Amino acid sequence: MKKIYKIDVDCPTCAEKMEDAAKKTEGVANAAVNFMTLKMSVEFDEGADPRDVMKSVCKNCKRADRDCEIYV
Amino acid sequence: MNKKQKRTLCRIIAAAVLTAAAMIMPNAVPYNFIRMALLAAAYITVGYDILIGAVYGVILFQPFDEKFLMAVATVGAIALGEYTEGVAVMLFYQTGELFQSVAVGKSRRSIGDLMDIRPDSANLEHEDGSVETVSPDEVPVGSVIIVYPGEKIPIDGTVVRGGSSVDTRALTGESVPRTVRVGDTVSGGCVNVSGLIAVRTEKPFGESTASKILELLEGASAKKSRSEDFISKFARVYTPAVCAAALALAVIPPVFGILTGGNADFSKWLYRALSFLVISCPCALVISIPLTFFAAIGGAGSLGILIKGSNYMETLARVRTVVFDKTGTLTKGTFSVSGIHHNTIDEKELIRLAAYAESSSSHPIAKSIADAYGQPIDRALLGDVNEHSGEGVVAVVDGKEVAVGNEKLMARVGASPVACSGIGTVVHVAVDGVFAGHILISDEVKPTAKDAVSDLYRARADRVVMLTGDNSSVGIPVSEELGIKEAYCELLPTDKVEKIEALIASEKDGKVAFVGDGINDAPVLARADIGIAMGALGSDAAIEAADVVLMDDDPRRVAEAIKTARTAMAIVKENIVLSIGVKLLCLALVASGAAGMWAAIFADVGVMVLAVCNAIRALHTGARNHKKETA
Repeated sequence: MKKIYKIDVDCPTCAEKMEDAAKKTEGVANAAVNFMTLKMSVEFDEGADPRDVMKSVCKNCKRADRDCEIYV
Repeated sequence: MNKKQKRTLCRIIAAAVLTAAAMIMPNAVPYNFIRMALLAAAYITVGYDILIGAVYGVILFQPFDEKFLMAVATVGAIALGEYTEGVAVMLFYQTGELFQSVAVGKSRRSIGDLMDIRPDSANLEHEDGSVETVSPDEVPVGSVIIVYPGEKIPIDGTVVRGGSSVDTRALTGESVPRTVRVGDTVSGGCVNVSGLIAVRTEKPFGESTASKILELLEGASAKKSRSEDFISKFARVYTPAVCAAALALAVIPPVFGILTGGNADFSKWLYRALSFLVISCPCALVISIPLTFFAAIGGAGSLGILIKGSNYMETLARVRTVVFDKTGTLTKGTFSVSGIHHNTIDEKELIRLAAYAESSSSHPIAKSIADAYGQPIDRALLGDVNEHSGEGVVAVVDGKEVAVGNEKLMARVGASPVACSGIGTVVHVAVDGVFAGHILISDEVKPTAKDAVSDLYRARADRVVMLTGDNSSVGIPVSEELGIKEAYCELLPTDKVEKIEALIASEKDGKVAFVGDGINDAPVLARADIGIAMGALGSDAAIEAADVVLMDDDPRRVAEAIKTARTAMAIVKENIVLSIGVKLLCLALVASGAAGMWAAIFADVGVMVLAVCNAIRALHTGARNHKKETA
């Protein structure tokens, strides 16, 4: 399953950090952050609950870049 | 400016005032302390978030975090006694960041405005005739929605009541409104201009044209181009390399100085090393290259040219060979009566008789004759109809025996037809066994096709090739009329793929683009370096299959798309050369001591501002090309 979330992030480097953090999160098959459109698309592992996974994605992204925001 | 940006601006202004105040303090005893206090206040005001971020960077073990590097550079400068410089670097750095975020936000918004096709609501009509305003998501397929004048049509569908003209500009770039009547299909995202219409929806909102296009554009910058890959690789190497160089600069010359018995000059070399750190952020590049692609894709999108990714933008810019599939791109793809020759009876009468005789046939030829006649058929006037397969039809119309068909049919009824010198399909008509004239039916060449070809030659996409499944007596005259030097006829769909492969093989540096109408040519679109589908409004298959989608059916858009892509790539190259060039120059000047921290931060922020401004230019190049075309 793939979902797209609106995000807020300051710079392209920070966006890349978010992408890396999201990719490494458990339950995420793949993630891509588009800095220009401020969208994050997350592909979930089969059987994973997007809501639970997104909680840890948010946490990990916050760790990677303090100023980022994901609107779930 | 959003709240965050406004707050940053206030901090920058406050810090600038404090710094200015500090600088006018005379260099005497009590004032020295005031100056120090003012500078400290300025530094904290403008840089506190950077300092906090730097601490986090250390905790998370991200040694090349740009905040960390900025903090090291400025704190180092202050430690060396260069108070004003430390503050100024922080001040300029923040100004640059603010500018960048405002500029990116602005281009985000202007692209959003350009692609303002997402409808906010739909007026759903219930069975009892009441109308309710709902979110477009909630409209079921097959329900009726009311679109008032001035509103955006939310969902694709068929007009069931009313008539109006619709503005398709946001989707196609075409500025002439299209007239719609009952039975016509309309696409979501078009604006209803004049009258109220009721539309029966045919798709859910998510699969409507407007949603599809937006999805496509938003996904477009995810497919990275080689330039973007280069930049992110460069950025990954650049910062550590500059940091290493800074370290070397701080250590090697002093050690060398000591070993050779001279002066170590620690502070001088440390200052230069810290200046290096100021230039260590590749931000100008990292921001301006994706911004250019984003702006160019958005600008092109507003003209009805959808480019599905920046990688395709790059390929499009390198196109030297453009291959057209004749039908549907250079020609209209619909057959129409182009002439009536050697007629012994009145032209209108001939068409009328032929239309009646062919009225029970569903063949495209019959349809084009019916279109030319343009009036309803009165079945009472029609007698026996006999179809002769592969020859034509013989029917009794107004009590006369009318034969409509080819030469074989003429021979059958004993008429002697006159051969035609025109291009296309010839339909002979005989009345009561006597030849009455023939109707020439051909696929019309689009009025802009000739300009489209010459535009391509002028844009130095200098090899224009035409492929067609038609026989050469139909194909060659079209290519000659349009000034296309290479034309291949009588090709089966599989032959077209082979032809494209041969063309790709024969092209050394340039890329091969294939332009098709998206119907039955998906394999060829996929095989070409870049597949361009045109007339895609309402054709999902074409949107899926192609790399570049032209929403309307004007072939001049091909040259426009190529030119837009080339301008964008030129901007990308300018920015790469400008940013890297200035950075390297700065590093050299700083290392040799010719420039200090001031110059370093000025150059760094300045080049970023220039690169961002240059990138935003890409938003408008498409529009400029377009204006030139239509003028």
